[in-house]
Amino acid sequence: MPTDTKTTIDRTSSPGGASVAVLRFSGDISSTSKESVLGAWQTVSGTGPVLLDFSKVDYINSSGIGLIITILMEAGKTGQKVAAFGLTPHFQKVFTMVGIGKYAGLFKDQESAAASL
Amino acid sequence: MVETTGTTVEVRLPSRLGFEKVAMGTAASVAQLMGFPSERIEDLKTAVAEACINAIEHGNQLNEKLSVGVILSASADELEVKVVDNGGGIAKQPPPPDIDRKMHGEEDPRGMGMFLIQHLVDEAEWVRDSKGKGSYVRLVIRLDKEVE
Repeated sequence: MPTDTKTTIDRTSSPGGASVAVLRFSGDISSTSKESVLGAWQTVSGTGPVLLDFSKVDYINSSGIGLIITILMEAGKTGQKVAAFGLTPHFQKVFTMVGIGKYAGLFKDQESAAASL
Repeated sequence: MVETTGTTVEVRLPSRLGFEKVAMGTAASVAQLMGFPSERIEDLKTAVAEACINAIEHGNQLNEKLSVGVILSASADELEVKVVDNGGGIAKQPPPPDIDRKMHGEEDPRGMGMFLIQHLVDEAEWVRDSKGKGSYVRLVIRLDKEVE
């Protein structure tokens, strides 16, 4: 029943020219997404700023939000900057409600998210 | 628009994670028929999903021999959703999630379901069966609430 989570890793540049990793999620982010989400995170952990792309995510539940918080915890330990973009207005509200916006910028699109890093 | 007042829709879900999406879809369809705006339907979908996840995981302990009941009752100006499981209910409300504590590893990164439910619907109550034979969460969203 749960839709698989697919995570692809992409690269872009910040306006200042720094290399930025982009984790592009698609499908659902739920309790079954741990391997896909945290596995992708491990490959970019400690490598510089990271963007999280939610533009192809259909459903995020509290377990999925917990995985995003785990990424932010890991990033916080090394001072790695993380920003997110592509959330629907509803999930932007939910992320703000639980406090994620305090630790990761939430942006409409990749360009504005990359500019924040 | 389809007349929905006085209508009750019931769904039974297996106690298996992922099936909360069936309840989400059903709740969204009923709310749409009642004329709720899309923003409120999204709120309802998340609240219903979290209530079902709690029922599947904590109420029924992922026991697939048990089912979770979802009863949607439409009236003229509100939609009530009861999510029923076989568990003993919650003894007391957990404290609201604290993102700072979570970020410092002092609190489970999960554990936000009840908080989300309470903040996304107009009424939420957790009821324990007096005979200890189950419990339910009752959610209500009202048609007259302005979209934030």
